Amino acid sequence: MTAVESSPRAAHRLRHDQVDTRVSLSADPSQPLQLANPIVTASGCFGSGRELERFFDISGLGAVVVKSLTVEPRDGLPTPRMAETASGMLNAIGLQNPGIEQWVATELPWLHELGVPVIVSIAGKTVAEYRELAEHLRDQPGVVAIEANISCPNVEDRNVVFACRQDATRKAIQQVTSVADVPVFAKLSPDVTDIVTIAMAAVAGGATGVSLVNTLLGMAIDAESRRPKLAAVTGGLSGPAIKPVALRAVHQVHQALPDLPIIGMGGVSSVTDVVEFLLAGASAVAVGTATFANPMVSLEVTQGLPRWCAERGIATVAELRGALLW
Amino acid sequence: MSSSRGRASSVQGRANGPLRVLCEVLSYRRIGNYHSLTFVAPEMAERAKPGQFVSVGVEGDGTLLRRPFSIYAISRHGPWAGTIEIVFDVVGPGTRYLSKLAKHDAVDIVGPLGRPFPMPQQAVDCLLVGGGYGAAPLLFLAQRLQQSSLRVNIVLGAATQNRLFNIIEAKRLSAKSAFTTEDGSFGTPGRVTDVLDRMLAGGTVGVVYACGPMPMLAAVTAIARDHKIAVQVAVEEAMACGVGVCMTCVLPVRRDGRTVNLRACVEGPVFNGKKILWAQLGQPPVMQMATGDDAFAKGPVVTAVVEPRS
Ligand SMILES: Cc1cc2nc3c(=O)[nH]c(=O)nc-3n(C[C@H](O)[C@H](O)[C@H](O)COP(=O)(O)OP(=O)(O)OC[C@H]3O[C@@H](n4cnc5c(N)ncnc54)[C@H](O)[C@@H]3O)c2cc1C
Ligand SMILES: Cc1cc2nc3c(=O)[nH]c(=O)nc-3n(C[C@H](O)[C@H](O)[C@H](O)COP(=O)(O)O)c2cc1C
Ligand code: FES
Repeated sequence: MTAVESSPRAAHRLRHDQVDTRVSLSADPSQPLQLANPIVTASGCFGSGRELERFFDISGLGAVVVKSLTVEPRDGLPTPRMAETASGMLNAIGLQNPGIEQWVATELPWLHELGVPVIVSIAGKTVAEYRELAEHLRDQPGVVAIEANISCPNVEDRNVVFACRQDATRKAIQQVTSVADVPVFAKLSPDVTDIVTIAMAAVAGGATGVSLVNTLLGMAIDAESRRPKLAAVTGGLSGPAIKPVALRAVHQVHQALPDLPIIGMGGVSSVTDVVEFLLAGASAVAVGTATFANPMVSLEVTQGLPRWCAERGIATVAELRGALLW
Repeated sequence: MSSSRGRASSVQGRANGPLRVLCEVLSYRRIGNYHSLTFVAPEMAERAKPGQFVSVGVEGDGTLLRRPFSIYAISRHGPWAGTIEIVFDVVGPGTRYLSKLAKHDAVDIVGPLGRPFPMPQQAVDCLLVGGGYGAAPLLFLAQRLQQSSLRVNIVLGAATQNRLFNIIEAKRLSAKSAFTTEDGSFGTPGRVTDVLDRMLAGGTVGVVYACGPMPMLAAVTAIARDHKIAVQVAVEEAMACGVGVCMTCVLPVRRDGRTVNLRACVEGPVFNGKKILWAQLGQPPVMQMATGDDAFAKGPVVTAVVEPRS
């Protein structure tokens, strides 16, 4: 009996529809946030939602996280914006987006009508812009959380990325939480010496949770032409190549701050990838680059997760969170 | 999701729009210097139009992303119910993988993707101009134009004879044809643009359709503009997703009096050549993507700013 209970592979198989897939993304009773399942989309890897709605009903996802929005519409960077690397890719898009006002006017109502919870990613170039962006999202039906993408250059600090400094992290997040009426997640960069101190700074700024991780800064060179493969020279590395780094970041932050909700991401393309992130301490898991290789993948893992659990007699997805044996 | 007909083993997607299908390879063959792959995909063949492309899952060497290929031919009948054929050049790990596939192998296809060539609204003669494997989607188009009883003329060009794609087919599908090779090994020595004035003489051609390398498309557009003829081009931009979600494939296009940064995979790959800002390709864009229902096409003009990555 005891042996069976302590085994990670419990004895009783369940039907997949008996598995409770709900997860909580907020420990704050004044701002609760529960998702029907832990699968969300990674910002910038899901377009506006319309593109993949052509393939499948996106309302079955736990939530969609939209492309980071900025105060002004943005044109983005010159092409080439992409380079495939070993088991990954580099991107330098430059936050091409319609601007928060237009997005709120044309895209949010459509997503809300579909009935899918929307997590809005925002990106500023000053601390004040984060506040301005969050103000646009007050009292907006459909918006269940804000993800503050602070892996952006701070123009008031020699373009040093906010998420690379505790101070800038705390201040930017404070601006968002001071006006937001929904839970706020700070999306952190893995390109730091100690991600735990940055997560703590986000918490000090009032963040409900953190999203881990954004892309790693990288570079690719064409030996023949001697040129960088990206027009912007450097870009963000994503895909399976970064999964070990991402799992490490989730694990470290979860160990230091066990109650802090984490949206984990980085190279997720299968149900077992999702489970690994949950075990490391994530409460929800975002699918990013894998969508480029398979537009259906977020649907497939959403449907596959309860089956995986059922086969192992795991009755609730939530019990996997942080259940790493070590 | 629907279940599959024929031999394709799984079909994902909706009643219309693009599908993801695990297809069976029906045949692999060489056409000159090119490779061709035909796979069984009845639902996809039913929906495919000239100018559209498919993106193909490849394996090996740490590859992650699909590879886009224009649809060269479809068949909607016959014992295989419906097939799609693509033509490609082996240039890297993805195309090398495809060149090793054999009959009965499975291949993961998403499509049909992108905006097709618009058909002429009036009964005009059409001039099709292809560079290298850029001929592939044009030969598919030529068939459709012929079925609509339109007169089709074709110009194909390449560096050398064995890079000209499908001379026989081009002759069969056209009233008048011309071929150019840069080394003079076949047809007129030089480039496609060297014979365009001749092919446009007479003034009966109402629209030019082109597919090939970007500099060729820019040059063909310039000539069509001189002749005051409509020109539709199918462009080739590096694509990560092929379905409109990643923003890697953009190019600057004039629309509604503004310059917008459009995605080649969903707003293209076929564009009105005169609307593309050819001189700005690869330059820092000064425009904005669009939102909303209407093919994601509109958006305010904004000035460029210092951009973070992602
Ligand atoms: C809409 C469209 C239609 C195309 N149709 C055809 C066709 O009919 N026949 C054909 O031979 N080729 C076609 N191409 C180009 C073809 O996609 C590339 O040759 C192929 O992706 C190369 O893959 P690889 O792994 O062999 O080479 P690699 O060069 O190693 O590819 C590495 C990466 O670069 C991208 N890439 C490389 N070259 C190109 C290119 N020219 N255009 C876009 N992306 C590129 C690949 O997708 C991949 O992500 C088309 C491209 C596009 C965008
Ligand atoms: C093309 C592309 C665009 C991205 N755009 C954004 C963005 O706008 N905002 C953001 O916070 N993260 C952005 N990301 C990062 C992803 O959300 C994610 O954190 C990262 O890619 C790791 O996950 P993955 O390996 O599953 O892609 C982008 C990633 C890619 C590949
Ligand atoms: S290739 Fe991703 S948006 Fe066009």
